[in-house]
Amino acid sequence: MNDLLQFLSFEDPNTRYVVTGTVLLAISSAIVGSFTFLKKKALVGDAVAHAVLPGVCLAFMLAGNKNPVYLVVGAFITGWLSLVIIDQIVARSRIKEDTAIGLILSTFFGLGIMLLTKIQHSGNAAQSGLDSFLFGKAAALVGTDVIVFSTISIILLVVVFIFFKELTLIAFDEDFAKSIGFPVRRLELVLTTLTVMAVVIGIQAVGVVLMAAMLITPAAAARFWTDQLKVMLLLAAIFGAFAGVFGAYVSYTAPAMPTGPWIVMIISIIAMFSFFFAPRKGILYKMVKQRRIQKKIRDENILKMFYQLGEVDGDFFSSRTSDILAERRELASGQLSSGLSRLKRHGYLKSEHGSWQLTIEGKNKGQRTIKLHRLWELYLTQYLHIAPDHVHDDAETIEHIITPELEAKLEKLLEYPDVDPHMSKIPYES
Amino acid sequence: MNELYIIAAGSMVAISCGLLGCYLILRKMAMVGDAISHAVLPGIVIAFLIAGNRDSVTMLLGAGLIGVFTTFLIEFLHRKGKLQSDASIGVTFTWLFALGVILISVYAGQVDLDQECVLYGEIAYVPLDLWILEDGTNLGPRTLYVLSFVLVGVVTFILLGYKELFLTTFDPAYAAAIGISATLWHYLLMGAVSFTTVAAFESVGAILVVALLIAPPATAYLLTDDLKVMLLITVGLGVVISILGYYLAASIDASIAGAMSTVAGLLFALAFLFSPSHGIIFKKQIAEPTPDALSS
Repeated sequence: MNDLLQFLSFEDPNTRYVVTGTVLLAISSAIVGSFTFLKKKALVGDAVAHAVLPGVCLAFMLAGNKNPVYLVVGAFITGWLSLVIIDQIVARSRIKEDTAIGLILSTFFGLGIMLLTKIQHSGNAAQSGLDSFLFGKAAALVGTDVIVFSTISIILLVVVFIFFKELTLIAFDEDFAKSIGFPVRRLELVLTTLTVMAVVIGIQAVGVVLMAAMLITPAAAARFWTDQLKVMLLLAAIFGAFAGVFGAYVSYTAPAMPTGPWIVMIISIIAMFSFFFAPRKGILYKMVKQRRIQKKIRDENILKMFYQLGEVDGDFFSSRTSDILAERRELASGQLSSGLSRLKRHGYLKSEHGSWQLTIEGKNKGQRTIKLHRLWELYLTQYLHIAPDHVHDDAETIEHIITPELEAKLEKLLEYPDVDPHMSKIPYES
Repeated sequence: MNELYIIAAGSMVAISCGLLGCYLILRKMAMVGDAISHAVLPGIVIAFLIAGNRDSVTMLLGAGLIGVFTTFLIEFLHRKGKLQSDASIGVTFTWLFALGVILISVYAGQVDLDQECVLYGEIAYVPLDLWILEDGTNLGPRTLYVLSFVLVGVVTFILLGYKELFLTTFDPAYAAAIGISATLWHYLLMGAVSFTTVAAFESVGAILVVALLIAPPATAYLLTDDLKVMLLITVGLGVVISILGYYLAASIDASIAGAMSTVAGLLFALAFLFSPSHGIIFKKQIAEPTPDALSS
């Protein structure tokens, strides 16, 4: 606990640098990443992240020292070049985009590793620490790094702010942007440049391999909470920043721990939580909703079955044993018995000595389902001219979905018909 | 002799990866291969902790399982969570890779793996790890046995499943109609990719495996329209990449795996420019009609 307080007090200048640095990196990559995510080009960032390595090494070989400005320029050039080559390969050959991305990513990285190992074997003392580009060196950020990063991050955020409307448009509807005369090619160039900038500063914190996570994961997580772009950007930035601070904290308390992977671990946990538990879009929410609908459909089908049996012998309220119901084989026996007891709980059925009978509410509900089924069959044959023997399956689904408003419309449109296409009576509430 | 060992190991890795890579790129799953090669890392570390050494069988099993799990997770998030597939790949593999690196740091004392080895392997050390029997007989480098086992496995898999793989790749609807399960062959292929990646991991590392999975098949894809020819060209390229990569690395004193990837990239560039059927230079000539054709 003391550690945490001491960490949050920012007394140690080193902590200040590390936290400021990682938060800036995380925020800028989360925001740029949101746009590439929405353009469905999330993995492009991965390619750039790997492709900056040869640039860094070449810049070092030419300059002979680790001046961050040279390294950033070198990284920028090869990162940018990789995107141009991917575009060219996709446009001018039959290689698909994902293959082109994987190809450029791995071969540029291989070139980078070759150059890096050559530098390491050359015995140049200045090279030590160059390999921090591989896994990041968030814990070792110093004052000058923070100044370089802040400058780039601020430029990046300002550009996003200025071009916000344009970037939004090309992210969602490129063809429309083109048709109303937007310079789409040039705007894509802006987005590409922003991506490369975000990667170039981001790899210093988390390294080349995990950089993709800084771009993709916050955006993917944020997308599960909102449909609003501005809210999404804000959430992505907050998620990224939180992971950045936490990562810095881990490296503060346990210096042997790698900061970059921890930042990615935290942001991934946030993302996994969002994927499963976010309201409305989360996997769990959808599963629960689906189960509820399935139960509703099953219940309505059981009541329908009771009503149909009643139609046959003219008595809707006589008792039926579960064996008779099971004979119709419309439901698995487990589903049937659980459905029966659920319907009893809700007051649609009564039971005595293992046999079941409809209540008034149950009869009405079953009757309405049958009515909707038959109305819909009639609608399909009359208005869509579908053969009567082809309409049952469709009606079987829609009968559970039609709202009272739609029901009224159908009745009116079909002029309160008496029978459906199979000459079965359409029951109305008396 | 050492040169030969290293080139043989490189060739076997390149051929095994390339053969499977042909199917990956034809199924538009190149990046899934990339994801698997990163995501097996935690599997390798955990297998290491359980077995206590580089026992290849545990390692293959552990990482193979994680590889299939990765594919499953990517598809689960894509289908059930409606997360777009590129993001689903990106989120999954970075998460598992981060987990792997963290595990390496936590168990630094117990796991004989370092972060650099993870990235670009130690193919230069192949000749050092010899398999010596109790009576002192030297059977040569241990890695070569593992790699030849994997190579034989991959070749057998492709020979036995040639028809099934072919149909599920090019015409999944027809395959389903004649009773071939696309899902089964999908997971078999992913399992094979996982095992191969793990076996190749020690030699060339997590990322350069990707170069060998994608670059040779992509090059071959620009040279032919016939799958069998494509597979054969990939095999040839694997050997060429290994030989040229080794001598390039030796001449400038750098990582062999890095040099192999660089050579793989250069060979692709050559095919991209000069392929008789699909290279951009010859394609241009076909596309632009000659003046004679216009006047007549």
